[in-house]
Amino acid sequence: MKIAVCIKRVPDMDLRFSIGAGGKALDPAGLKYDIADFDGYAVEVGLRLVEQQGPGEVTVISVGPAAVQETLRKALGMGADRAIQLAADELPFDGLAIARALAAELKDGGYDLVLFGRMATDSANQTVGPMTAHLMGVPCVTAVSRLDIVAGGGTAERQLEGASETVAFPLPAVVTIDEGVARPRLPSLKGIMAAKKKPLDVRPAQFGEARLTVQSIALPPDRPPGRIVGEGADAVPELVRLLQTEAKVL
Amino acid sequence: MANTFAFAESRGGDLRKVAFEAVSAARQAADATGGGEVHALLIGGPGIGDKAAALGRAGADVVVVVEHAGLARYSPEVFAATAAARLRAGSYRAAFFTASAEGRDLAPRVAAALDVSMASDLTGFAIEGDALVGQHPTHIGKIITTVRLTGTPAVATLRPGAVTVVEAARTPRVEQGAPAMDPAAARVVVTAIGAKGDAQLDLADAPVIVAGGRGLREAANFALVEALAAAFGNAAVGATRAVTDDGWRDPTTQIGQTGRIVSPDLYVAVGISGAVQHLAGMRTSKTIVAINKDKDAPIFKVADYGIVGDLFEIVPRLTDEVRKARAAQ
Repeated sequence: MKIAVCIKRVPDMDLRFSIGAGGKALDPAGLKYDIADFDGYAVEVGLRLVEQQGPGEVTVISVGPAAVQETLRKALGMGADRAIQLAADELPFDGLAIARALAAELKDGGYDLVLFGRMATDSANQTVGPMTAHLMGVPCVTAVSRLDIVAGGGTAERQLEGASETVAFPLPAVVTIDEGVARPRLPSLKGIMAAKKKPLDVRPAQFGEARLTVQSIALPPDRPPGRIVGEGADAVPELVRLLQTEAKVL
Repeated sequence: MANTFAFAESRGGDLRKVAFEAVSAARQAADATGGGEVHALLIGGPGIGDKAAALGRAGADVVVVVEHAGLARYSPEVFAATAAARLRAGSYRAAFFTASAEGRDLAPRVAAALDVSMASDLTGFAIEGDALVGQHPTHIGKIITTVRLTGTPAVATLRPGAVTVVEAARTPRVEQGAPAMDPAAARVVVTAIGAKGDAQLDLADAPVIVAGGRGLREAANFALVEALAAAFGNAAVGATRAVTDDGWRDPTTQIGQTGRIVSPDLYVAVGISGAVQHLAGMRTSKTIVAINKDKDAPIFKVADYGIVGDLFEIVPRLTDEVRKARAAQ
């Protein structure tokens, strides 16, 4: 089985963010980067499918500047076989533009399965996977929390609000991965050494026109300062009074 | 005059709250740009058309009903083809979907089919000239990104709960539509829907959410949270990741960056310290109440009202008081 996993390099979300000069991007000072959370799950899913159902090959693909090669090397260290950087100085915010670049690379690649994380933790658009599938002309299942692949097709489970649905689909397909499927492994020392010798091809990304752009970014407004109504159960009547008369939610 | 489109989400033959939110957003967009009609698309199994008139109260002028025995469950390819066909046939300035499990799956398919870009998970928006400008919480809610979307129609998903439904009291014209592809020809097929838990309100539909964390000490003590939710009468029960990871609660009730992102009118956090991961999922709630024994817990920084103390004393008392207040209404 030939599998591609599309991964994104994103800032570590645990750090404190500040707004960069120009007001359209994070201040890069002090940021650390890694594979986006859900994309790490997708890499793990791809590796396990090949391990369990081999023979096969996992190709990891990332769009962006030279720095994404570090992210690709990490995935190679986890066990992916080869990597492709679709080179661009900047990653557009527009999911359709990114999907165009990916679909052009993937379309004739002979992949049985193309995996994505369900969304990138930074831009959080959750659009690139299904848009890439549309441009490739293959079926797509999004945000799956369980995935079984059998001859020529698959079944997946998706979490809905208060329910879950089971979905069947044929291969080739695009599937985006929610957490819960497979916790990503850490690259072993041996894997990291081997990754240095694995092929990493660089090709230019072709986005077309981006029609979703970032106008500005800001830190979220602080919520108006709250107050401690009181201590212990004796504070309950006052809380209820405030919920009725001030917040008007009761 | 360009019209505005809204996708009216349903499940199990009933409209979801987010359907009214999408229609109301379309109404607000239409009114802000000098009028035009709001057209809602309602797809479902036989009988779904009975729900069409209800969308008038959120401001729909026209409801296009697509009833088909093969569409009682969500069918991503058929729904997308049908929405795209309708959007192609009319002159629509904007198309609103919801950032629900279904809407997040559907909207990018529709946008790609129309070869337009889309904006996701908006908490607010405005039409400015040839662009839709919206606010999108990114970076696990630690950044608010203002996005600018050009192209027609402007496709966007709205964060559940972010749009206040304005009563518009219209009687919509109901049009019968047809699926744009044969449902039997779909490649991706939903074969089953498994209900989770009992008939409690879902987190996306509930005006009130009562959520519990590690402070409850053990799974059985969630009974206190459930009793409080029951006293409100319109509440759903949520949980923190720590609690769902430990198997105390179903993972689909996890509120936070990696789980559900909610914006109810009232969010009651019981025994929740307020990790960044959790705050990312609930900080846009309209009113937040926190009950925690640690007065320095981060949850008190986002809470409008806090009570410091032993939740095992406070929550039963609150349950009593809420029940009394509800009974008096």
